[in-house]
Amino acid sequence: MKSAIYYRTKKFTLNLLIHLFLVSVVVTCLYPLLWMVASSFKTQETIFSDISLIPKAFHFENYYLAIRESDFGRYFLNSVFYTVSVVFGIVIISSLAAYAFSRLRFPGRNIIFIVFIAAMMIPLPGSFVPLFVLLNKLHLRNTPLGYILCMISVGLSMSIFLLKTFFDTMPRELEDAARIDGCSKLGIWWHVALPLARPVLAVVVVFNALNVWNEYVLALIIFDNKNLMPLQRALMIFRGEFLTNYPLLMAGLTITALPIIIVYLFMQKYIVKGVTSTALFD
Amino acid sequence: MKLKSTLENYMFIFPAVVIFSIFYIIPFIWVFQLSLSDWDGILPTKTFIALANFKEIIFQDPNWWQAMRNGGYITLIALTFQNALAFLLALACDRQIRLKHFYRTVFFIPPILSEIVVGMVWRFIINDVDGANIINRMFSGMGLAQLAHNWLTDPNTALTTVALVHSWKGFGWGFLIFLAGLQTIPKELYEAARVDGANAWDCFKKITLPLMVPVMVLVAILTILGTMQAFALILGLVGGEFAGHTSVPVLRILTVMRDSSRFGYACAQGISLGVILVVISFIQYRLSKRYRRV
Repeated sequence: MKSAIYYRTKKFTLNLLIHLFLVSVVVTCLYPLLWMVASSFKTQETIFSDISLIPKAFHFENYYLAIRESDFGRYFLNSVFYTVSVVFGIVIISSLAAYAFSRLRFPGRNIIFIVFIAAMMIPLPGSFVPLFVLLNKLHLRNTPLGYILCMISVGLSMSIFLLKTFFDTMPRELEDAARIDGCSKLGIWWHVALPLARPVLAVVVVFNALNVWNEYVLALIIFDNKNLMPLQRALMIFRGEFLTNYPLLMAGLTITALPIIIVYLFMQKYIVKGVTSTALFD
Repeated sequence: MKLKSTLENYMFIFPAVVIFSIFYIIPFIWVFQLSLSDWDGILPTKTFIALANFKEIIFQDPNWWQAMRNGGYITLIALTFQNALAFLLALACDRQIRLKHFYRTVFFIPPILSEIVVGMVWRFIINDVDGANIINRMFSGMGLAQLAHNWLTDPNTALTTVALVHSWKGFGWGFLIFLAGLQTIPKELYEAARVDGANAWDCFKKITLPLMVPVMVLVAILTILGTMQAFALILGLVGGEFAGHTSVPVLRILTVMRDSSRFGYACAQGISLGVILVVISFIQYRLSKRYRRV
């Protein structure tokens, strides 16, 4: 019979090894980001000589230069504008559709829903080629509207899927009560369905916001006009122009990455839910 | 009355259907149409050339196949190294362990960052020309200076470097899905097995692994679809000077479209990749179904 101390030591050692493993991955995850932030406070002279994570002197002027001289303020506002518009559009349009797919009757309901869902599963690399042609024809290239509509279309399938799944489980009694009180269908959607769907809407909002903020390829084919570019697209241009000004570039990268990390830390619950519910739906 | 009600119902899906038709369905159909033609994207006339584009892809386009091979190589590393790491981390975090929540939070930070940002940050960590090359400094510090070299410009290491950075960014996805999968396994199963005298390894082999197969297939499909279509990370990491050795399929499509103005050919490339991806995920899905029945 082995003693209790044996088992306790064994368990302790095992846990220690597991924590060592996990912590080493944590360090690998965080180091590049800390290095990015640290470098953004250094100068061209010290960036390669002083590789510590805490700079000897903090140079905030990189941020001033990035925002003022290199228009990062504008790109940032562009990104914010696109993200807010797209997310707003997706929330309204997808919740209307999802509510109809779940509750209202009309011919072709299932077929149309299946088309939306199939789009989520069929990969079509290179669809940006005809999209480029189409936007040119519609005179929507180099316009914010063209980009916003494309990005709404990108996010629709998943959002409709998430919301319909939720509406299907919603108790009907509240809607019946509202109907008896003389509420129209649109009124029920707005006053009953949407408020109840708040947790799912949070997932939809956060997920699509991340998606729009990080999007690159459509921004690449849609925008030639620098004044309209979102951050990701501007970063690539910026790198071409200021290839040698690393602290400035690191400031630009930090400006791009930090909002996402902050949003993530606060809205983590919804992101995790979004990942697992879209992935494990079968 | 009935008709009015039905029309009213259609109004709910109208905006979604319109936007989706214009910006998804029409491009979807056009891809197939354009793939059968020779077109520079500007001239009003398109020349119908039947399957000539596909013939050229299959028989006369070494650049495309090199890009496919590169994509395949990155995918292979993502499937093995990245997913194994994700699974191990999920197993570690599924236990009664302190700081579980903290670990989970950190592991999902790389996936929420954009490919451009991740590529650029890593470039300045590992590149010699315009970076601090922390990795080389680390090797020197450990007395392994002979291992230090320029990871991104050496054709022998460039692709593996890309694949490892890709894995750094991607493992958090797999980790999160694996962890969610592990948490759906009823704890009673383990307790019953313990009572029957099974040890930890037996439990893992007889309960955890078989029950996780569907989740593993799912993660594998998502990994293949995501990795074969990844490209922005490489733009950020390797930048404009990407020669053949780090080119991937979507980068080829972009180059063919933007630099050579061969719109029809670019569409044909997109379809060939899309078909391969659909076939692979379908086969995997079927295999997992069969496994589940056994």
